[in-house]
Amino acid sequence: MKKSLTDHGLKIRKRASAAIVLTAVLALTACSGDIPSATPPSGKSACGAFNVAVNPWVGYEADAYVVGTVAKEKLGCTVNYKTLKEEVSWQGFGSGEVDTVLENWGHPELADKYIKQQKTAVDAGPTGNTGVIGWYVPPWMAKQYPDITDSKNLSKYADLFKTSESGGQGQLLDGDPSFVTNDAALVKNLGFNFKVVYAGSEPALIQAFRQAEQNKTPLIGYFYEPQWFMAEVPLVKVNLPAHTPGCDADAAKVACDYPKYDLNKIVSTKFANSSSPAYSLVKKFTWTNQDQNTVAGYIAKDNMSPDAAAQKWIDANSDKVAAWLK
Amino acid sequence: MSVATERANRRRRSGGARPDSPGGRTPATPSGGPAVLGFCRRHWRPVSLVGICVVWLVLWATLKGLDTLELGGADKTDFQLWLNSVRDAFDSARTNSFVFQHIVQPITDGVNGLVTSLQGIFSQASDGRPVPEIGWLGVVALLAWLALAFAGVRSMLLVGVCVLLFGFFGYWAQSIDTLIVTFFAVGICTVAGLPLGIVMARSRRVSAAVSPLLDLMQTLPSFAYLAPLALVFGIGPAAAIVTTIIYSLPPLVRITEHGIRGVSPATLEAVTSMGSTPWQALVKVQLPMARRTIVVGINQCTMAALSMATIAALINGPGLGTPVLQALQSLDVGSAFVSGLAIVLMAIMLDRTTTRASERSGIEARILRGSGMAQAGTFGGQQMRRTVIIAGAVVAAVAIYLSHIYLALSKFPAWPDLGTPLAKAVSTATDWTVGTFSGFTEWLKNTVTALLVDPLQSVLAQSPWWAMALVLLGIAFVLAGRRAATVTIVCEAVILGSGLWNESMKTLATTLVASFVVVLVAVCLGVWMGRSKPADSVIRPVLDAFQTIPSFVYLVPALALFGPTRFTAIVAAFAYGVPIATKLVADGIRGVSPVAVEAAESLGTTSRQMIAKVQLPMARAAVVLAANQGLLYVLSMVVVGGLVGGGGLGYLVVAGFSQSQLFGKGLAAGIAITALGVMLDRITQHATARFGSTR
Repeated sequence: MKKSLTDHGLKIRKRASAAIVLTAVLALTACSGDIPSATPPSGKSACGAFNVAVNPWVGYEADAYVVGTVAKEKLGCTVNYKTLKEEVSWQGFGSGEVDTVLENWGHPELADKYIKQQKTAVDAGPTGNTGVIGWYVPPWMAKQYPDITDSKNLSKYADLFKTSESGGQGQLLDGDPSFVTNDAALVKNLGFNFKVVYAGSEPALIQAFRQAEQNKTPLIGYFYEPQWFMAEVPLVKVNLPAHTPGCDADAAKVACDYPKYDLNKIVSTKFANSSSPAYSLVKKFTWTNQDQNTVAGYIAKDNMSPDAAAQKWIDANSDKVAAWLK
Repeated sequence: MSVATERANRRRRSGGARPDSPGGRTPATPSGGPAVLGFCRRHWRPVSLVGICVVWLVLWATLKGLDTLELGGADKTDFQLWLNSVRDAFDSARTNSFVFQHIVQPITDGVNGLVTSLQGIFSQASDGRPVPEIGWLGVVALLAWLALAFAGVRSMLLVGVCVLLFGFFGYWAQSIDTLIVTFFAVGICTVAGLPLGIVMARSRRVSAAVSPLLDLMQTLPSFAYLAPLALVFGIGPAAAIVTTIIYSLPPLVRITEHGIRGVSPATLEAVTSMGSTPWQALVKVQLPMARRTIVVGINQCTMAALSMATIAALINGPGLGTPVLQALQSLDVGSAFVSGLAIVLMAIMLDRTTTRASERSGIEARILRGSGMAQAGTFGGQQMRRTVIIAGAVVAAVAIYLSHIYLALSKFPAWPDLGTPLAKAVSTATDWTVGTFSGFTEWLKNTVTALLVDPLQSVLAQSPWWAMALVLLGIAFVLAGRRAATVTIVCEAVILGSGLWNESMKTLATTLVASFVVVLVAVCLGVWMGRSKPADSVIRPVLDAFQTIPSFVYLVPALALFGPTRFTAIVAAFAYGVPIATKLVADGIRGVSPVAVEAAESLGTTSRQMIAKVQLPMARAAVVLAANQGLLYVLSMVVVGGLVGGGGLGYLVVAGFSQSQLFGKGLAAGIAITALGVMLDRITQHATARFGSTR
């Protein structure tokens, strides 16, 4: 008895609600909204989707969003930013999930695998940025111990760099494991009384340098340019024995400084063979370290969103942007 | 594989002789005078522990640095290289593989398509429209209505406020994306996990076969398999959802199994004797009676899924993880905190609402079954509620429609912006804290490292591996018995096979220190919370927040205070491990029989005596359980520790994710972490069973 009553009630409820919803919808369709349909892209040829890998450092973010914003506004592309580490980005070339990596730091093993063997990726030329890798000290140390920037004198300062992690030796702080590094071999082959300690991530490395400068504590570590943090704390590079071609051929026997990297762009083979106008944009995109640091600074120091930061730079540098679109 | 063997061993044993009951057995003890012998027999456990430690220290002192199996930073073992080659072979074969082309790829495309279309409806601009189909007003109204219909008015208010806060924090679209991914993952988990849990509850054999797999899914750090997963399921929502499912399925299955098993056998027998088929027994008795537990399982599954939000962002999973990671890149503590807070709010919202919904459906089911009291009254209430729900549905429908056509109701308003001021305040507070305390924290870090971490790491990692293996085995046997010792042997073999013995011992050292501090703090806080209601109501929400906020959020302040060191890794693990352990202790203390407490009070005991002589001893089982859970939570932070200078296995896992040549080494490190986890878990679990029962 009760069961049927409930069933009945349910039916009535369903019917009633359906009716009410229907009338409401009908009544409301009379109003017209104010949402415009999306404007068709103003670009010359259809661009479609443009998948940009965004590797996890702010300088890269600057590259990605500047190129992305130009592609979106000038070419009418649908830009998809994909936050990925380098190795996963390269994996995505083959499946078409990633069209371009906009700032590549060497990575010979990935180039070998995906450009030479699988042929899913191709080099799209330099970004115009020069990458410098090396050992750096905070500015206060360079001021107080002027001769520290010559690696010959480093040994006598080893004691300064002792920490709770370095077990009696001086600590050489390394960063994110994805960065190119020969530091363990360098320490061994140059005979320093240092121990390489892995900070594990870029934030950890930057925070360490920031604290070192603030509290005037000694620190030596792996760092690189272009990097927005250099604008906040201008770290000073220590000169290791100069790099000569081939001196780093055998990774275990390296005893010279890192080479200068001409950072380049990588695109998927599919993307390069497509007639997408975004490919020509990527190919022509070049700028200077100064440019990148400006945009990276907007993002990291002024807390602007990457979109807004890119827009600000684009508005101020229309001549450079115009050259990429020719 | 290893875990499977272990389980199999356990199964074989459980049929035979009962495992060593406390104090009942006489293992080989050192010989001596009769009196000494008698003493040793009575106290064989402490005596043999001391013996093991003495032998260990002697071996360490004499053989320090010998056979430590240390592996250089870039060196790889054959096993690790083999893992690399498997990955490479898969990478080059995937485009031509039939399975991949015709099974995996369609699944990936289907999931991605579904998520994208849901995003087009609820959160993101889709092609043709600058805004989603349903704007913010419609989404808020819809979610609030769902809460009203399933959980009641209070939940509706909670959901409404939380969802609006997501928008005011400035993370509207990301929050809804996270909700979509979470619902999707939990939905699949429920569809797959409930039947699995039921089957496991009904068949011991299936249970024994599946649970090692669940162990593996829960303890293998996701960093270790994230890159290959992206090879299989592509970059984006599909891979993110699979990662989330891998981590959040086990609790659902386990709790479901537990719930069905927990149905009283007497009831079940009664039903069977009345001639019902197994299916009827399941549907009419077991499932309804286990429903509360199953809902807890879904609830836990949801929390686990949310905790994967940040990790999923590493392979471009949509949602709140992305702003957390982005803020971390530029060390923007404030923004990281605000987006982390959105995740915390979402966890609270989903937790409270699902709990309320389960309670309510329990009440309703009882009323429907006719056992309800005051029939007329509730019936009237029911009718009233029905009307409210229907009215709510109409309001929601109107809101959805309006938000579909008006831009102002579609795009979340930029004002009031709560996110920016909150982020600024948090950044300022962090800077102040760092500036004020960094002297003290430097001292604290150096002291703890010098007094605890370094000595322990030296003893563990500098002893010869065979000595260390025997010591661990001995400790496992003495503390937890033969079964735990068997597990320990297997796990040790796995660690040895991974080629990372030395790194594992380093990780074990930091894990033990962190767990020790966790237990210490958990007991103090837990006793306080258990004895004082006001303390409980103040501390518990803080604990909840620390359990759900992504650890990435507090890494930057921790780094600022302690630098990239093992100690920072310990601090991060501590922050994650303390909440669960504290709650367990507090519940244990509260569970102590009030009669006992009253009796002790009437004897005039002081409060210190009360804690030390009555409450803590009687809550011993809870304290040991807290140690077990604290340990496992600490271990699950090993990888995060690797991001902040923790070194050891954690760093290797991170490196393996970042550098393709180190993939195999990273995966091996992940396997070693799993082995460490299983070993520590079984030792503490068996110890819990033993010490918990000797009341």
